[in-house]
Amino acid sequence: MSPATAARPADARVPVGLLVPSLVGLALMLLPLAGLAARAPWTRLPDILGSEDVLTSLRLSLATSTVTTVLCVACGVPLAWLLARTTLPGRAILRGLITVPLVLPPVIGGVALLVAFGRTGLVGEWLYETFGLSLPFTTAGVVVAQSFVAMPFLVVAVEGALRTTDRRFEDVAATLGASGWTTFRRVTLPSVAPGVLAGAVLCWARALGEFGATITFAGSFPGTTQTLPLAAYGAINRGDAETAIGLSLVMVAVSIAILVTLRKRWVSGR
Amino acid sequence: MSLRARIVVRRESFRLGVTLGVDAGQVVALLGPNGAGKSTVLAALAGLLRPDEGRIVLDDVVLVDTERGVHLPPQRRQVGMVVQDYLLFPHMSALENVAFGLRARGTPREAAHVEAMAWLDRMGADALSRRRPRELSGGQAQRIALARALVVRPRLLLLDEPLAALDAGTRPVVRADLRRHLKAFDGCTVVVTHDPLEALVLGDRIVVLEHGTIVQEGPPGELARHPRTDYVARLVGLNLLRGEAHGQVATVGADAAVALAHEAAGPVHVAFPPSAVTLSLHRPHGSARNTWPGRVADVEQHGDLVRITVDGPVPLLADVTPLAVAELALAPGSEVWSAVKATEVAVYPA
Amino acid sequence: MDAASSAAESRTTVEVRGTVTVLAAASLTGSFEQLGDRLEEAYPGLDVVFSFGPSSGLVEQVIAGAPADLLATADTRTMAAAVEGGVVEGEPVVFARNTLTLVVPAGNPGDVHGLDDLGREELRVALCEPQVPCGAATERLLETGGIQAEPDTLATDVKEATALVSLGEVDAAVVYVTDAVTEGDAVETIEVPQAAEVVNDYPVALVRGGPNPEAARLVVEAIIGDLGQGILAEAGFLGP
Repeated sequence: MSPATAARPADARVPVGLLVPSLVGLALMLLPLAGLAARAPWTRLPDILGSEDVLTSLRLSLATSTVTTVLCVACGVPLAWLLARTTLPGRAILRGLITVPLVLPPVIGGVALLVAFGRTGLVGEWLYETFGLSLPFTTAGVVVAQSFVAMPFLVVAVEGALRTTDRRFEDVAATLGASGWTTFRRVTLPSVAPGVLAGAVLCWARALGEFGATITFAGSFPGTTQTLPLAAYGAINRGDAETAIGLSLVMVAVSIAILVTLRKRWVSGR
Repeated sequence: MSLRARIVVRRESFRLGVTLGVDAGQVVALLGPNGAGKSTVLAALAGLLRPDEGRIVLDDVVLVDTERGVHLPPQRRQVGMVVQDYLLFPHMSALENVAFGLRARGTPREAAHVEAMAWLDRMGADALSRRRPRELSGGQAQRIALARALVVRPRLLLLDEPLAALDAGTRPVVRADLRRHLKAFDGCTVVVTHDPLEALVLGDRIVVLEHGTIVQEGPPGELARHPRTDYVARLVGLNLLRGEAHGQVATVGADAAVALAHEAAGPVHVAFPPSAVTLSLHRPHGSARNTWPGRVADVEQHGDLVRITVDGPVPLLADVTPLAVAELALAPGSEVWSAVKATEVAVYPA
Repeated sequence: MDAASSAAESRTTVEVRGTVTVLAAASLTGSFEQLGDRLEEAYPGLDVVFSFGPSSGLVEQVIAGAPADLLATADTRTMAAAVEGGVVEGEPVVFARNTLTLVVPAGNPGDVHGLDDLGREELRVALCEPQVPCGAATERLLETGGIQAEPDTLATDVKEATALVSLGEVDAAVVYVTDAVTEGDAVETIEVPQAAEVVNDYPVALVRGGPNPEAARLVVEAIIGDLGQGILAEAGFLGP
């Protein structure tokens, strides 16, 4: 091996212009977490976390967030494909509409969901009369509320990934005889897998932290709709700020655990 | 068994209109400068582009007929394609790449892999079967891409600048290899290239495309001897003039005269190689020579010789020795006289 | 004999069981949960299920047809919206009242003694925003007292305002007596004489078409009866 290849890459000193803003950003993100940790009732934490109610909320949160993510991936990836790959009219408007939940205050989102899916709602009425299905106050309703706010993350991430992949791979697959579905499954999807994963992670995290739309649409019923954020809200209203902080730490810990586990795949993009 | 195609594509600033025929076992090289429309022709043949007008028939199967609204999608044409940067699927191994077409058409995985392996063997690439595309060199990737296209037994093979992605060192070897494989292929082949040497080596017939129209077609030798456009002339390294012949003289360019070795009449092409041109500072006197005044526009190294671009009533390229350049003190702006023997001038009807 | 069992006595002919779904304002969290526990003890077949949230959101849910039995809001204005929406059965009944109070961080760093101090420029003051029940009441209170307050921040939630005081972020805030009670030693209360004139009535009503009206009526009776009133009084609420 020649000396050139054996040497380490040229001394990569971080330019001050990049370092300073990064540190500021990092501080902005981390200091509030540190504050939370400082006020946490560390001695009481095991009791808080071991309590039945908290475990129930935790299970509910994990279950609903996961179901939401699966739903968003199943529906969001085809939607992203439609936006990125077809020439349907009105795509630009559609794209804009899909990002509305990102800017809508979640409570308004919840009200909108009620108008659409409540028992007297646009679609909800039909659902109730035909199938006896009522979404508000149910765990399914929680999934609907979470999906509403989290799906845009997935669609945007995947559409972005699709736009950067070379469409000519799909052309080549076509000349080799692959149908549209086969091409999507074996050529397109693997090439955007990192984008899908990144989108899914964002989707999951957003669903986990969702409060406004959930409490407005699904209510805060322990065991069925009281996810961790709603349980924290309840604790505060009960005057038990310590439990609320403890619950918040649980959410932070769970999120960090999942994100760290997936980080390698997310960043390396394999 | 053959390909017969008429393709018309209209864009804002561009119009492509070609009629192409390729017999089974034949390789047609589609040659032309960038922007001539070569890739558009391939895309239309592959089914990736809908021509505005046209009819494409491959082995008695109508692929495209705009009048009757027929347009088979790429999957239903028996067309194989190898593109400039090969586009091997990055997340699959070489073997999986080659097997892709078979599996896409329903062959079970095991059988597809066996057949793909046989093809890799034939290409001398069996050792590469497990490698990922990013672990392959340009030449290796080209072989895999070719195998991938051939394994589904296409009736028409399309190659888009197949050697462009290779460095000059590997190109000759891969080119010779490719010629062997194309010779062994029994369907029709269309190779698109901007490199004349590639066209000459790979093609049984050359079709020259400029600005969306075919300006010349024929066997490689014919093109080399009798170019019909400046582009082709430049490609094959000839000076080309157009003029009217009357007896043994032709009037070319801005009213200059060229003495011919034999009689001709009517509109003609006049061609002579740069090496047939001699330059001097004064008007030469001598036998049967054509002489024209001019001014040096450019001086450039060209192999062992120096290529001089001369402007004037007869614009031309002259190859002279470095010694001559020094003796004549040739530099841009110098006034020179060019001379060519009538016997070195080729004349043919335009 | 306590209130629950006396209520039970009068209902011996009817077995009260099943689930009662109660939508209640967030400020009722602690007290209603206690009440629910006591009722479930007294009636083993009864399951009282609560969903606590912002009053306006609860009303939206009921109007959208969510399957609830009872609605208890933090002021009559939000309840009126429900009545107007045609989702209330019968008349709403006021079961408690909340009055406002002035709170300061422990130690009273701003040296605050009354509502007049709220006009002092150098003080950091938090008030509820007028759209929430607490904020509407605060506005009325300040008007009756003829006080011009310069709030530095408007809280969207009364708990937010309370938290700001207990964290020492503001020097004073106007919140409910019940909120001050839950904060305990973190805050000091400064009684405001005019507060008695501005009262937030907390109404409860049966939801039209609710799944379990029988048991729901029992719960309402418990709320307005001694059992409920005792619990509410402990939390700092005034009687109706």
